[in-house]
Amino acid sequence: MDLKYTAEEDKFRAEVRAFFEAELPTDIRTKLQLGRRISKDDMVRWQKILFRKGWGAPDWPQAFGGTGWNIVQQHIFEEERADACAPPQNPFSLKMLAPVMQTFGNAAQQEYFLPRILSGEDWWCQGYSEPGSGSDLASLRTGAVRQGGHYLVNGQKTWNTMGQYADWIFCLVRTSSEGRQQQGISFLLIDMKSPGITVRPIIMLDGEHEINDIFFDSVKVPVQNLIGEENKGWTYAKFLLTHERSGNAGVGICKRALKKLKEIAGQQLSNGRPLIEDSRFRDRIARVEMELMALEITNLRVLSASAKEKGALGPEVSVLKIKGSEIIQQLAELKMHALGHDALPYVREALDMDWVGNPVLGAHYRSYAPPISGQYFNQRKTTIYAGSTEIQKNIISQMILGL
Amino acid sequence: MEFNYSEEQLALQDTLQRFMARDYDFDKRRGFSASPLGYSAEAWRQYAELGLLALPFPKEFDGLGGNAVDIMLVMEQFGQGLVLEPYLSTVVLCGSLMRDAGSAAQKSRFLPQIVQGKSTLALAAYEAAGRYDLSYVECSAQESGGNWILSGRKTVVLDGASADHFLVSARSGGEPGDRDGISLLLVPRDAKGLSVVPYATQWGSRAADLLLEKVSAGSDALIGSAGDALPLIERAVDRAIAALCAEASGIINALNQATLNYLKTRKQFGVAIGTFQALKHKMADMLIAAEQARSMAIIAAVHADSEDAADRRRALSAAKAYVGRAGRLVGQHAVQLHGGMGVVDELIVSHYFKRLTMIDLTFGDADHHLASFSDTLRPGA
Repeated sequence: MDLKYTAEEDKFRAEVRAFFEAELPTDIRTKLQLGRRISKDDMVRWQKILFRKGWGAPDWPQAFGGTGWNIVQQHIFEEERADACAPPQNPFSLKMLAPVMQTFGNAAQQEYFLPRILSGEDWWCQGYSEPGSGSDLASLRTGAVRQGGHYLVNGQKTWNTMGQYADWIFCLVRTSSEGRQQQGISFLLIDMKSPGITVRPIIMLDGEHEINDIFFDSVKVPVQNLIGEENKGWTYAKFLLTHERSGNAGVGICKRALKKLKEIAGQQLSNGRPLIEDSRFRDRIARVEMELMALEITNLRVLSASAKEKGALGPEVSVLKIKGSEIIQQLAELKMHALGHDALPYVREALDMDWVGNPVLGAHYRSYAPPISGQYFNQRKTTIYAGSTEIQKNIISQMILGL
Repeated sequence: MEFNYSEEQLALQDTLQRFMARDYDFDKRRGFSASPLGYSAEAWRQYAELGLLALPFPKEFDGLGGNAVDIMLVMEQFGQGLVLEPYLSTVVLCGSLMRDAGSAAQKSRFLPQIVQGKSTLALAAYEAAGRYDLSYVECSAQESGGNWILSGRKTVVLDGASADHFLVSARSGGEPGDRDGISLLLVPRDAKGLSVVPYATQWGSRAADLLLEKVSAGSDALIGSAGDALPLIERAVDRAIAALCAEASGIINALNQATLNYLKTRKQFGVAIGTFQALKHKMADMLIAAEQARSMAIIAAVHADSEDAADRRRALSAAKAYVGRAGRLVGQHAVQLHGGMGVVDELIVSHYFKRLTMIDLTFGDADHHLASFSDTLRPGA
């Protein structure tokens, strides 16, 4: 038992850090540092840079063009990425669809789609939830009816993240209404340019357009775009969710957020003194930091054990998802509370990179302030998406505890 | 990074598990606790035989040269068995302290005795007015003609009821609360002027208060140099904190297992109560707390031997505060989920709950260590 990084791991960290310093475009870094909006172009540009370095997919096996890094290397990469203020990679393409395609897709699908994900050419989004199917995902009703060489898809998906940018969507569709509802689900890949698809924005509580409704009106999908077998989609869907949740711990992002919180608490004043000198506020930071210290080790322990013992992720990722989402929410909340009444202004244009502010507001409203309240409101999603905290507890009690 | 025990450590864990199952079940433990000694002399002999008492000591004193991770492994198992023997006091606190700071003569006299199970020691470092502050020492040590004269009181000396020697912190200079001026002296139980007032603890072990009235100790009783003992004591207590975190982690796992079994077997409304979602979610919270507490116990163990006091303070205080809270959550939930069976003496559940609760209150509770940790926070770090 040893929590020290080896000399090799330290060397790897230095290499990753040097790469980020040299290759991360300054304009993108500044946007993330200041919490300004980032565009699809920013993310795609960054994916292409990573791809050229051979780091397009930090958590894929080498056989598919990934780095083949182990859990500790992936952890170091993610920690350095967050600390360098580099954008996240598209999780829907790289962390959700890709493992499904690598495990259950056929050779033709793997050969066509995976390289395009790696190079940043295709942007994927997710079609899981429906208006009537949230936590009860298996009740989904978007139908796919086989007609010769294609499926005809009709229905509605919702809570779709960044689908406004997407080239493709992976969808759970109902191909049978026989037997248990889980048994009639299939996993389809759909070209977003197909006739009959409509994307309708949903504006979130922070005023931003991040998610969408997607309507399918007699959309034709070639049968080659079916993953695995018809009516086996629920198995693939659960496999995908396990991978999605394993990324939800977000230790690197939380560490960066904690550092930012301490910076802010060092700059905001209370009775003319830095807020961080107020032990009541500092104790609140300390509590979250302790949770994060524990989560960092729990995360590495759990992921290493599943890699070593089972070669696959299991229901224990639900523990990571619950804790990680709670911590990121608490950090967002404390950043907002650190601002005091400077949390009140809603200066929407301040999220644009070209905003210069005005001298009166700027006298107390610092450059880090504009996104913070919105981030708090936005982050309430984290204990709801990818299976709510309550669903994760159901999974833990059923799959781990046997209740 | 490595998150698992070595082959050798796993073999020791296996041996301990078998010993606990065979010789230290809950009924036997009741007997040990009720005996005049308050623990099992036979178990202590077995610990010596198994090498547990030799773990942290150098080979030249018949030790095994182990580290805090070895101690963690032992303490996790001791937690599951609710072990009563004075391991924490004798081996982790006093033995390691003597290893670090004792003179050659002190080490060769005491360490082999500890390893063989022939001597038990207790640390007398806390006083009534100081609460958890190790620097609040009123008990005085005055040098006179090459001897030390000690006068004052020491409170809640763990395992003090049976120890044959005490390590007593006493002030040879300065005022209570000063970091300087604290000396550490070895006092035999039968020293003239020493009154030992023994009592039981909430979890069935024994502690004592000490009254020192002009107790005379020779110059060879001084551990380390005069007036400089506080860092030594803090280091020893940090090691004990790591050990307590491991013990708590072991208890938390045992309590979770007991509670899970109860949820699966206890029936109400015609079904196992574990089918109710309100109870399932509490149990899930207990599992999460167990995993997080174990991670903190690991952090505590790998920092416990560090000579960098600031690094230790951050890690050990974070771990103690966190484990204290996790233990409270698991203990209270376990009792609640057991219903009436949680509040009776008959089941081990209430005994686990009491020990977990008292671990939080030993060497600084969650609030105390939250404050210690919080005071280390700096902008941007």
